[in-house]
Amino acid sequence: MGFLSPALFFYLLYFVIPVPMSFFYSFFNWNGITADMEFIGFRNWNTLFGDSVFWRSVVNNFVLVIMSILIQIPIGILLGTLVSSKLRGAKLFKLFYFVPMTLSAVAIGLIWVFIYDPNYGVINEFLDGVGLSHLAKGWLGDPETAFGAVIATICWQYIPFYMIIFSAAISGIPKELNEAAYIDGATRVQTFFRITLPLITSTIRMTIVLALTGSLKYFGLIYVMTEGGPSHSTELMATYMYKQAFTNFRMGYGSTVASFMFILSIGLTLLTLTLGGRKGKTYA
Amino acid sequence: MHKNNSGLKILALSFGIFWLFITVYPLIFMVMNSFKESMEFFMGSPWELPSKMFLGNYTSVWNMNFPTYLINTVIIVGVSLSILVIAGSMGAFALSRLKFKFKNVIFLLFIIGITIPIHITLVPVYTITKNIGLYDSLWGLIGPYVGFNLPITIFILKNFMEDIPVSLEEAAKIDGATSWQTFWKIVFPLSAPAITAVTIYDMVILWNEFVFSLVLINSPENRPLTLGLWDFQGQFSANIPAMLAALLLSTMPLLLFYAFSGEKLIKGMTAGAVKG
Repeated sequence: MGFLSPALFFYLLYFVIPVPMSFFYSFFNWNGITADMEFIGFRNWNTLFGDSVFWRSVVNNFVLVIMSILIQIPIGILLGTLVSSKLRGAKLFKLFYFVPMTLSAVAIGLIWVFIYDPNYGVINEFLDGVGLSHLAKGWLGDPETAFGAVIATICWQYIPFYMIIFSAAISGIPKELNEAAYIDGATRVQTFFRITLPLITSTIRMTIVLALTGSLKYFGLIYVMTEGGPSHSTELMATYMYKQAFTNFRMGYGSTVASFMFILSIGLTLLTLTLGGRKGKTYA
Repeated sequence: MHKNNSGLKILALSFGIFWLFITVYPLIFMVMNSFKESMEFFMGSPWELPSKMFLGNYTSVWNMNFPTYLINTVIIVGVSLSILVIAGSMGAFALSRLKFKFKNVIFLLFIIGITIPIHITLVPVYTITKNIGLYDSLWGLIGPYVGFNLPITIFILKNFMEDIPVSLEEAAKIDGATSWQTFWKIVFPLSAPAITAVTIYDMVILWNEFVFSLVLINSPENRPLTLGLWDFQGQFSANIPAMLAALLLSTMPLLLFYAFSGEKLIKGMTAGAVKG
């Protein structure tokens, strides 16, 4: 046990114990500044279940997962195929494609704020240039487009991650399989659909799990780009929780949102563990 | 028989170049416009090259606490990483080699932490940090930084250590080595590839960490880079080129590191998902 004690100390104090503490706080009305905490039973939980903004954030979280799966994974597979192919420069492509993964969510968010800027942004300038000025708008300021714009940025950040996972899976397919198919007269496209794709289904399943459990963790990028606005169109559970606790100083209510997130993420983890049917090795 | 191959090649190459543009353009935009004077940026087009290399944005960012933010990040990442690697590899050693009660439960407890969003710990971590008197101190970040990165660190290291043959350790044991000696002299050095991967992973995550510093740090002089950037945004709201200079300066260290480490960094960043 001596070997484990440093790790256990940090992990228990800063990760494990905070979970029951969050549940405890969820039964109080408390601003986090003064010491007086008023016990209010399940009132925060009642409020939560009737809070339309909160449910909006839950729905947004799920939309984000679905969009991540539908956009990031297919492009990830395409790019993974590309960078693991014999195409000249494939290695170099891979190195460049991966760059967004090294940047902080804050930096990415701020760069894209300027790209979407209504007056000086690159996208509107481009639309003006090709004669489509009527399509130009404040992408992040309009509740209709803000969430889509944020999702596009998230895809930009994470597609390289999926690319690497798929390129590793594709490189792991024995060469003989492709060669045999080639000798039999199969085209590259046929080989891709008949051999590559079926052989990476377990990887696809794993990436869906990653997208699912990872979706609850989005915060920095959205906070920096829109702070959840306009009119909560980009609100996620994490941003809502943060704002309730640390902007509105409703620590008890913020903890209620946090506790709900915990239940949801444990549920998702158990679900993926049972559905995945595999233990341990690759679901991280 | 394989006529469509060259057509496919052209298609693949065009898609490759198209995606290269999508990936790299935002960065080119950042570099290019950071050398413009604010007037030039607002009057001209963001697609145009700067008329001259204007360095004023960089000097004003540098003079506005940037070095302090940078040093804060270096210190906090360095200290947290050292603790993480030592505590993590010791823990992974115990979980992969030693026999004790509740071993599986403890391992499971760490593994669950991989999927749990850290945001649910924010309020308690804030109160804990306040109570031990580390609120608004750089040192207050060490606890959460180590805590939330331990699960993946232990997961990767334990998996690796389990694949190391035990024969060497058994020989050492016969020679009278304690488990402490076995760990430091045999298992730790043999785990070097996994330790490198996990160090890179944790370093990138910590360098870019935002939410804990947002919650636990208040004074400007204690802010790490990401939080500093958030500040610059307030101060430079009317000066986009200066903000872009701040962004470039803050992303430079990791980009340089990536330029030198290349594949190694990619491997580290995806170590949790891709085995080996």
